[in-house]
Amino acid sequence: MAATVTAASPGASGGGGRGISLVRTRTRRTVGEGVVRAILLAAAALSVLTTTLIVLSLLRETISFFGDVSLSDYLFGTKWTPLLSSAQQSFNVWPLLFATFYITAIALVVALPLGILCAIYLAEYAGRRTRKIIKPVLEVLAGVPTIVFGYFALAFFTPEILKPLLGSGVGTNNQLAAGIIVGLLVLPTIASVAEDSMSAVPQSLREGAFGLGANRMQVSLRVILPAALSGVVAAVVLGASRAFGETVVILLAAGNGQLLPKGPVTNPLEPAGNMAAFIAGTAGGDIGQGSIEYKTIFTIGFTLFVVTLILNAVAIRLVNKYRQVYE
Amino acid sequence: MTGEQIAQKAATQRQVFPRPRRGDKVKSAGFYVLMLLALAAAMVALATLLIDVWGDGSSKLSSDLINNQPSKINPESSGLHSALLGTLYLMAICAVFVIPLGVATAVYLEEYADRTKWFNRIIELNIQNLAAVPSVVYGILGLAYIVRDGLSLGSTIVAGGLTLGLLVLPVVIIVSREAIRAVPPSIREGALALGATKWQTIWKQVLPGSIAGIATGVILALSRAIGETAPLLLLGAAVSSRIDPTLDNAVINALPLQIFNWSKDSDTAHFLPLAAAAIIVLMALLLLMNSIAIYLRNRYEQKW
Repeated sequence: MAATVTAASPGASGGGGRGISLVRTRTRRTVGEGVVRAILLAAAALSVLTTTLIVLSLLRETISFFGDVSLSDYLFGTKWTPLLSSAQQSFNVWPLLFATFYITAIALVVALPLGILCAIYLAEYAGRRTRKIIKPVLEVLAGVPTIVFGYFALAFFTPEILKPLLGSGVGTNNQLAAGIIVGLLVLPTIASVAEDSMSAVPQSLREGAFGLGANRMQVSLRVILPAALSGVVAAVVLGASRAFGETVVILLAAGNGQLLPKGPVTNPLEPAGNMAAFIAGTAGGDIGQGSIEYKTIFTIGFTLFVVTLILNAVAIRLVNKYRQVYE
Repeated sequence: MTGEQIAQKAATQRQVFPRPRRGDKVKSAGFYVLMLLALAAAMVALATLLIDVWGDGSSKLSSDLINNQPSKINPESSGLHSALLGTLYLMAICAVFVIPLGVATAVYLEEYADRTKWFNRIIELNIQNLAAVPSVVYGILGLAYIVRDGLSLGSTIVAGGLTLGLLVLPVVIIVSREAIRAVPPSIREGALALGATKWQTIWKQVLPGSIAGIATGVILALSRAIGETAPLLLLGAAVSSRIDPTLDNAVINALPLQIFNWSKDSDTAHFLPLAAAAIIVLMALLLLMNSIAIYLRNRYEQKW
């Protein structure tokens, strides 16, 4: 059904009296448009396919893993020795999970106060010139490959700093070095993202607080920080999730997490590895497809994936809860 | 309580900002010093990192490093030829794969997608979540569906490039969308009013207008890709290679992998300097790419 309008427009077209159809008929033009749209949609759908494939690849081997190891065995217990011969093999994931959270916690203890203090300084105290220099430097540092930090932890930080300071109890691989260096790794990201959200707080809030007699510190800590809370939380969660999934720094500095027979390693000076380091360190060897070790890699990958998604969902909720909309 | 309420409460309640006391100045000064210390600590630590790497590796920088293959037996003359070549291959394969796909997705989401439709919302949510997945999980995906089942490419450099491509695809999509969004609607309306079809408008007006932003984003995404180690560790490159990778042999090597292998070698006296030298080469490459990105942004950026 074509709604046709006859428009007499002598001024515009000069001729006048010709019918102009408002509905496009099927021409080569419109068919071509449809094809383009379909191609673009297919490209966009690939992202969905990627996620589906990630889940499928992880799930397939994970299900097969739980055919050999019971779920309660996996979740409860304190002995993680998946690569030993079958008599001593044990698959309690808790020590590995613990090390993952432990190293992330050490990293946050370093990065959280330093990052937020840097952000407050840059947003509220620094002059324009200082900020113009430091901000790009932070962004470049946030792009330094993690392998560089891994090298630094192994070749410099542990032997030159930790060992002289803390004595012979420090292992060549230890969780403390890995945690501190991962903290250093995520610091530029936290500082940069938190600074963005503090700078976005409207000037009127600052002026209002100054007008009430607050000094700069009070304005920063009691007005700007709370007002920018959603962005600051986002920055911290971003940093935490990077620390959580970090691989090579842990693998080089803390260990590969293949042998944790005595339960969670609470001494930060001893080696342990996180889930990502276990995956990368174990898959690099020659492990046969279909073996229990191979399935373990995928099961740990699935665990890592699920925990990361949960953290991400919590982050989005937190951000929305403290979201601040200024006009 | 939302942030606004907290801030308002803080700004209006009298006891929050009591009359200035003598201790206030000391506290403020203390806080200021604390901030400066934090900034200094961060900067010093990160500077130490760069200085340490330079100090360890600069003596190894020579034409040997670029021309020779990695060697376990002769660390003195060992180079990183296969690793450097591998990184360049990975970058090229990744670019060929990720640029059309990423830009097409961004165009679809910005210009075509109706946000009220469920499948478009799923695509959006997916891209957000994909960006948060740890890189090592992409390695598992690559191992399962690109190296073995699915595409079964084997442990080739193409498999590596595709895996890294999937990893940085969300980044390319996100920056391309921002660049496309920055083109004002009036440009599109003008083109459509002159009788261009939607695709003609996008191809002739929107994409040329956003090319600087897209190019910058793509370069930054590629520089992230070539710095990644974890996914490559999974694809089956256990030993450093003395053979150059080609498009169809089963050799994956790249600078980060080579750095990793040298760093964990037990003969630290010989191999740590090599690792540091490889880091310098990698960082120089990244610096070059970042400079190109900045140049492109300044040279071709459109002001509307």
